[in-house]
Amino acid sequence: MTEINTDKLAEAFVSALAIDAAEVNDELAYSQHPKWDSTAHMVLVAEIEAAFGIMLDTDDIIDMSSFAKAKEIVAKY
Amino acid sequence: MQIDDYNNAAVFSQFPVYGLNSVQKQAFLQQRLNWLTHHHAAHCPEYARLLTCIGEANSPMCNIEHIEQVPPVAARLFKDYGLKSIKDDEVFRLMRSSGTSGRQSQIYLDADSAKLQSQILVKTLQHWLGKQRRPMLIIDAKETMQNKNGMSARAAGLQGMSFFGRNHCYALDENMQLRIDEVKSFIERYHNQQIFIFGFTFIVWQQFIQALQSLGLKFNLQQAILIHGGGWKKMQQQAVDDKTFKQQINAQLGDVSVHDYYGMVEQTGTIYMQCEHGHLHCPVWSDVVVRDINSLAQLKNGQQGLLQVNSALPTSYPGHSILTEDLAVIHGEDDCPCGRLGKYFTLHGRVPNSQVRGCSDTFS
Ligand SMILES: [Zn+2]
Repeated sequence: MTEINTDKLAEAFVSALAIDAAEVNDELAYSQHPKWDSTAHMVLVAEIEAAFGIMLDTDDIIDMSSFAKAKEIVAKY
Repeated sequence: MQIDDYNNAAVFSQFPVYGLNSVQKQAFLQQRLNWLTHHHAAHCPEYARLLTCIGEANSPMCNIEHIEQVPPVAARLFKDYGLKSIKDDEVFRLMRSSGTSGRQSQIYLDADSAKLQSQILVKTLQHWLGKQRRPMLIIDAKETMQNKNGMSARAAGLQGMSFFGRNHCYALDENMQLRIDEVKSFIERYHNQQIFIFGFTFIVWQQFIQALQSLGLKFNLQQAILIHGGGWKKMQQQAVDDKTFKQQINAQLGDVSVHDYYGMVEQTGTIYMQCEHGHLHCPVWSDVVVRDINSLAQLKNGQQGLLQVNSALPTSYPGHSILTEDLAVIHGEDDCPCGRLGKYFTLHGRVPNSQVRGCSDTFS
């Protein structure tokens, strides 16, 4: 697995979900945090794609249920 | 593949969407639907009473031998009662049907059932759209999504479908009028990619196709796909049938394969997609039965009656077997010329005098 820029990923989360940098950790999970709902999820996908210059597929979007998972998924590309 | 993993969503969500024949599918669904019937009887007091009333509760927890025997709940009961099999503090999302008149259905989801619904919807649509997301033209307004008082069926539909797109462009403004400049530049930008267009049938027709016609605007799309749903009531009032709809879309937009779908908020995640031969197909996680309007006896293939929809998905509310108010004809099982397995059917309007509850029909 390639090393990914975790800071860049965290920035995408902060900006897409409109949350505090302090709230971004491996436990941050979809549906657990009030700001991370399905609308915010699509914004987040767009942010991550732009930040890393990648194109996620639909499986990735469904699997990306936590910050920890997002790191794994981005590392695949 | 283990058919007896009926209780393991991680396993059965991986079943091939249209890949189990009737024997294999029956083996899975019979166990799953039995389990769901027991589960809901144990966790939803109203549902348990309903089973008692129809004498099912006495037949040792209503063990069915064939999926057609699962007692269906009338769709309108979801309007009359807050039927749910979870505790109040487990409610993750409340879904409401749209409806101009009368009450709305209320469907309670916990986090697990919401997740399963999304997974199954994605799996089903991947069959038609592939895994790669496509530039997406949404024939609706961004504002439709932004109602915070519980999610409307239309918003939920848009939301679910938007997963399949990227670079989303909303074709309509907050007054549901064509955003002509945005649509033009979107199509110019992506005209040689496989654009995904989504919208509710009547809105696509009246606010998009007819608007393009009155402007005399045509496009020449390549290998685009349009998925639309929400009902034909208003289309029939304008005497527009499936064939005319498809012809006009191709005349206006170019090479677009057009697929209707059928689904309802009471069984979100389950959708019946229309194939190249005009048939709606049951995915592996669901099954349909057609019943006589008066006697509710099961009808044969080719006969028109009330549609019952069975789904393996609902765990948070007793919606695994629902009697709809829609009229349908089942044409066959496992032998559609398109090659997909499972039952296939067509819809033929709603039962006369039933309360109108078509999805996009609330828009006029
Ligand atoms: Zn077919």
